[in-house]
Amino acid sequence: MTQEQEKTLNRRDALKVLWTAAGALAVGELAFVGYKFLSPRKTDGEFGGIFNLGQITDYPNGSVTPIEAGRFYLVRLEDGGLLALYRKCTHLGCAVPYEPTLGQFVCPCHGSAFDLDGDVQNAPAPRALDLFELTIQDGNILVNTGKVIERQQTSPANIVNI
Amino acid sequence: MSETQGESSKSLVEQVKTSIQRMPLFPAGERDRLRATVSNLILHIHPPKVEQRALRFSYTFGLGGLLIVLATVLAITGVLLLFIYTPSPEAAYDSMIALQTEIRFGNLIRNLHHWSGNAMVVVGVLHLLRVFFTSAYAPPREFNWIMGVSMMLLIIAANFTGYLLPWDQLAYWAITVGTSLLNYIPLIGEPVTRLLLGGPEVGAATLTNFYGLHIAVIPLTIFGIASFHIWRVRKDTFSVPRNLNEDPVSRKDRVTTIPHLVNIEFVFALVMLALLIGWAVFVNAPLEEAANPAHSPNPAKAAWYFMGFQELLLHFHPVFGAIFIPGLGLAGLFALPYLERDQDVVGIWFQSTAGRLLTIFNALAGIGVTILLVLLDEYWLDLPGWLPFLPSSISNGWVPTAAILLALILYADFLKTLKFKKTEIYQAIFTYLFFAFVTLTVIGIFFRGEGMALVLPWN
Repeated sequence: MTQEQEKTLNRRDALKVLWTAAGALAVGELAFVGYKFLSPRKTDGEFGGIFNLGQITDYPNGSVTPIEAGRFYLVRLEDGGLLALYRKCTHLGCAVPYEPTLGQFVCPCHGSAFDLDGDVQNAPAPRALDLFELTIQDGNILVNTGKVIERQQTSPANIVNI
Repeated sequence: MSETQGESSKSLVEQVKTSIQRMPLFPAGERDRLRATVSNLILHIHPPKVEQRALRFSYTFGLGGLLIVLATVLAITGVLLLFIYTPSPEAAYDSMIALQTEIRFGNLIRNLHHWSGNAMVVVGVLHLLRVFFTSAYAPPREFNWIMGVSMMLLIIAANFTGYLLPWDQLAYWAITVGTSLLNYIPLIGEPVTRLLLGGPEVGAATLTNFYGLHIAVIPLTIFGIASFHIWRVRKDTFSVPRNLNEDPVSRKDRVTTIPHLVNIEFVFALVMLALLIGWAVFVNAPLEEAANPAHSPNPAKAAWYFMGFQELLLHFHPVFGAIFIPGLGLAGLFALPYLERDQDVVGIWFQSTAGRLLTIFNALAGIGVTILLVLLDEYWLDLPGWLPFLPSSISNGWVPTAAILLALILYADFLKTLKFKKTEIYQAIFTYLFFAFVTLTVIGIFFRGEGMALVLPWN
């Protein structure tokens, strides 16, 4: 009799576990579906694609060219090195304008300043401006805005030389 | 047989009327008044009887009730705005212009919605302060405090999501800055921000996300928690005001909710509504030019209720300014009712004579020390410059945060040696931090100009 009782109790416990597991599974499924439903769609088109900026010779040494559609600056350093700086401030995401009189990028939101390399000249920005991958093919400058390069500060490897 | 006769003797109109409203609308006798409270869907969130002293206006200032008035105004004006507004980057700003120029009373409805939303933040904080300084959050009302703090956060979330909807420069950049704060949360920060924004930057997907949160998710959550919150007030009974050193009162002077409480609520709601409409008629909600993702305005400021955080961000590494310090403050706020209490002071403003002095002192100290520290950091202190060998997360994060925490702990210890009660020390620290935060907020709103430099507002 006691064995019988234990058996029924065990079956009851097993069912309890099974039903709880089924409930947890249902919640999990719904959460997964909800998360996937709300996840951002892949962005096609302009920003996020590759920009062909034409011949290197169009950009003189020591020049900063804003590329509006790509949300970056093409920087040609004094020694001819090239960088594609993402204009989004690494502090809190404001668009950083170029100040030609200072030769710096100065963020209007919290006063961060960056030099032409993108290195921090004035806090609170915690790291240098992000870069987009820049390559040169047949003398044409190609910038891939889908590939963001994060770095603490500029290293020679970040600068593309011809 | 006699029953059916009774039914048939009623007129049809009478029958329909009683089928809807069973009790008379203005019940006369005490028994009927009690029954009317209990059997009414809306009124039953009140107890049938309340302690007369709990109705004293200088105890509650009607702040909780005012929040309900504001929420109701927001719901009604919000639904009206839904009929005009289109949540897309191309059309959103045009809806704002239409509200200002074409639609009759469009500006009034938008103003009412805007100012009620902002007022909810202020009144919510005042309600929290009232409950705090009368110790009304102490057991058994701990969980109601938790619900209250949660709703405070939801009110800010509702304001924040609503801030983006006009899609003007103010909206675009305040949301860009605000959501970038989340990026600094370790591990989950980036995926959460991406989910919220619906992409890498604020854009069309962000607008629809915020719209959904603003019109459905957040208000429904607030409605649910608020119902629970008010019901709990009834279940835990109203806290009763006491004078200094007065014993906890026995429930002797109880009066019926109808008419004593209901009348006060009704008149108070009408007066507040009149003030609100008067304000909304004369003061317009701000609207700048349409959002331009290429051009951050200078200075680009967050919404006013985030100015305190923005000010923290100017002084600390973002992980600390945006996440760690506010997170610690919030954790303290949630833990507060569960801390050990060494005296029963529920219902006594500022607990005791010593508590009153301590509160005034700490409010002034919080203001003074904060101003001093902000000035020091602006003109002299330069930790990253002095400690160039350390990453900025340590020199501008751990070092100043640890220094401030240490100072607070030493201060609390010092108060203990002066024989203050534990509850008085909690009150002192809370007062100090609250006024420090308010000071930061005021500095952020009025004393920060172009490039976030310190300026005098009257210059």
